[in-house]
Amino acid sequence: MTRRSLAAALLALLLLWLVGYPLLVTLTQALEAPRWTLRHFVDFARRPEEWRALWASIWISLVTVGLAAAIGVPLAFLFERADFPGRRVLGSLVALPVVLPPLVGVIAFLFLYGESGFVARAIQSLFRLDAAPWRLAGPAAVLLVHAYTMYVYFYLFTRAGLARLDAALLEAAEGLGAGPRTVLTRVTLPLLSPALTGAALLTFMTSLASFSAPYVFGGGFRVMTTQIVASKLNGDLPAAMVETVTLAVVALVGLALLQRSETGRVVAGGGRGVAPARRRLGRSRWLVAAFGWALAAFLLLPHATLVLVSLVPRSTWTIEILPPVLNFSNYAALLSEPERLRPLVNSLWMAVVATAGALVLGFAAARLAVRGRTPLGGALETLLAIPWALPGTVFAVALSATFSVHAPWVGRFVLVGTAAILPLGYLVRNLPVTGRATFGGFRQLDPALDEAASSLGAGWWKRLSRIDLPLLAPALAAGASLAFLTALGDFVISIVLYTYETRPISIEILSSLRLQETGAAAAYGVVLAALSAAVFFLWGRRADEMRPPG
Amino acid sequence: MTAPVPETLFLALEHLDKRFGGLHVTRDVSFSVARSEILALLGPSGSGKTTVLRMIAGFETPDSGRVIVAGEDVTALAPERRRFGIVFQHYALFPHMTVGQNVAFGLEARGRRGSEVGDRVGRALAAVDLGGFESRRVTEISGGQQQRVALARALAPEPRVLLLDEPLSNLDPSLRERTRRELARIVRGAGITTLFVTHEQEEAFELGDRVALLNQGKLEQLGTPQELYGSPASRFVAEFIGRSSVVPGIWEKQTGRARLAAGTAWRAVAARDLLDGSPVDLVVRPEALAFVGARDGGAAEGRVLETRFAGRETYFSVALEGGAEVEILAAPDAAQPGWKVFVAPLPAGPLPRVYPGTGKAE
Repeated sequence: MTRRSLAAALLALLLLWLVGYPLLVTLTQALEAPRWTLRHFVDFARRPEEWRALWASIWISLVTVGLAAAIGVPLAFLFERADFPGRRVLGSLVALPVVLPPLVGVIAFLFLYGESGFVARAIQSLFRLDAAPWRLAGPAAVLLVHAYTMYVYFYLFTRAGLARLDAALLEAAEGLGAGPRTVLTRVTLPLLSPALTGAALLTFMTSLASFSAPYVFGGGFRVMTTQIVASKLNGDLPAAMVETVTLAVVALVGLALLQRSETGRVVAGGGRGVAPARRRLGRSRWLVAAFGWALAAFLLLPHATLVLVSLVPRSTWTIEILPPVLNFSNYAALLSEPERLRPLVNSLWMAVVATAGALVLGFAAARLAVRGRTPLGGALETLLAIPWALPGTVFAVALSATFSVHAPWVGRFVLVGTAAILPLGYLVRNLPVTGRATFGGFRQLDPALDEAASSLGAGWWKRLSRIDLPLLAPALAAGASLAFLTALGDFVISIVLYTYETRPISIEILSSLRLQETGAAAAYGVVLAALSAAVFFLWGRRADEMRPPG
Repeated sequence: MTAPVPETLFLALEHLDKRFGGLHVTRDVSFSVARSEILALLGPSGSGKTTVLRMIAGFETPDSGRVIVAGEDVTALAPERRRFGIVFQHYALFPHMTVGQNVAFGLEARGRRGSEVGDRVGRALAAVDLGGFESRRVTEISGGQQQRVALARALAPEPRVLLLDEPLSNLDPSLRERTRRELARIVRGAGITTLFVTHEQEEAFELGDRVALLNQGKLEQLGTPQELYGSPASRFVAEFIGRSSVVPGIWEKQTGRARLAAGTAWRAVAARDLLDGSPVDLVVRPEALAFVGARDGGAAEGRVLETRFAGRETYFSVALEGGAEVEILAAPDAAQPGWKVFVAPLPAGPLPRVYPGTGKAE
């Protein structure tokens, strides 16, 4: 065995322990090993609320795909095909929600459209109503938040697809006498189908895994992710395990179905041509621009609300439409009170550690698989990708099941309740992000560069530091920043695995909301959003398609 | 097997064998290169020539066999410790470094520091006519210049052996010939033992002191260009090097002739001992054939199919009776398509060579 294949084998074992083993433990617990019984699955099948949650997860995800497509695809056509004042700036603004942690979007919605949000207050006072005109709750609220946050996938994928489209193909169709409608339905949309399928897949998986929106707005309406966490909090561990296994199976089946719909379809089209020119609009371009600005304002309104609420000092805003006092006291408290600063510090160090770990593992795997041509390369890549296919809740439950027992001889240690478990959970969730970045980076790197360096006398460290790292820096920075901001804003893993000592920002936002400290919650949200946006725009822009569902 | 290698044989390959999965890419390849010699490794694509080069460089490990340099067995040595210079097909210049940094890389990797590096980079670039290019980005220079930077980078650390992988294939044809001459001048000027891979016969003949011809992972022949052209060791060599036609026949050992299906017999040289009456393939060069009269000795009847003008002379394709087709180089007005002609080997020309064959036209 060469040193390289030994390294690959050890790395595969480590990844198997991190990714595969917890899932296996979950399955064995659902089957109540070593008694091996299907009892808990039968119980699951007998409870109607389980079926309701399962069905809710599926239909919510399907409707989300439809809604997101209905918003994102026309938007993409507008911004990619028409030219109007402010197109570039608006085009980036419209993609903004993808950068922000889901929980931030959720509370922003709460402050704007919730029953005590700005809109409800305005209507209440305008019509002199006794109570809020609506409650933002149930499936409609979940769908609203989903559509608002996930249209971005369709928007980004479709824009990328349109930009890659060969104008000669459209001209050929026009030359053959096809009108605009025929060109759209017979040429453009079929050519976009890989992009649309990709977006649909990502939206479906993200929606299936979505936790923040159903948790905050669901109320009595449960989907699988919230059902799992509820079972776990109620101490019904066997039920939680069975639900986790079921959700994992649904996710894998969904993934397989969507991927199958794509295989065998030939959409090559050369791709060497020039993208179609943007249509210069006449006088209508001001109309389009106004529409675009209004839309951007609408889409950014929740985040503007968040900023506003973060400036409202505690207990100063009761029945007024607009808050009477605005200052920075919430931010000051956040920085000056150690207990308020703690979640920020926690989130930062845990995200840094998790990102560094995931980056090192992804880099090592990619270097061994792509450069070293190890036969385990495929296995390494698959292991890294698995957490992408499964909802975060699944991994959170699996990790908590695996690492709450002390049995070192079977690779299980008590990590739940320690400071190690959350970074570990973030790390596992980040493996697909860093894995995709590093594998993609290495695949684009000409292997002859490494050979040239070694023939010139450079040993492995010199090749790594002077060739690989400088050339892969953009890909690594993109992967790392995306991983970092996923970990920074994580809520799904955190709510299952946090301890009071290690509580991250998202958990603190939630407890502030419970304590009616909306200003503090909003301040945390703003800090989180600002950090995420800064990291993304500094280093992560190349990688906006690599974000895992959550 | 472990006998000392004579000093004149600077680089020696001994029984190199390599498989990739089920594919046997190199079969028992052995040859040696003298100090300061330039050897061309020629062969069609898939013949294993690049694999041989990569085994010499250390990027592939042979399944069996040894690579020996100056008496030292380097088979198990990592590439970075072999002190070989390599020019890659697409140059593999480090895109994030300047021309000067690229050339300095190998010097620094081997521990050179300070002004010595600058001096040697300057000399290496001057040797390839790129003096003063140190601070240029490698992405803003032309393909021919990139090739010379790659050469300067490989030569700067004064390697023991220079390896070139299809060094000219990445250039457009108009540049290729000029660059080939420059390459020859620089490499000969450096006086370094050189091995280069190419699939272009012209390139191999112009640059190589000797040429090793590989086919399906096996060494078919190693010799000077004249030897390969004049005395091809196998039918493959005869067909791969230069233009030639293949005519099936039956070997008549007593007379040293091959009897063709057209009835006549042509004098030929057997590359190895062949049984009397065995089927053979006669390989004959276009310039060794001529149009003759019907009653001339060895005249084979045929019909001109087509002509291909080549300046002072013209290639004539002639279908011989019995089915074989030959190519003849003659004066442009010697014949016209459709004419009935007689063809025979020139008495003064290189004799056709025979190899074991099927005895039938293909």
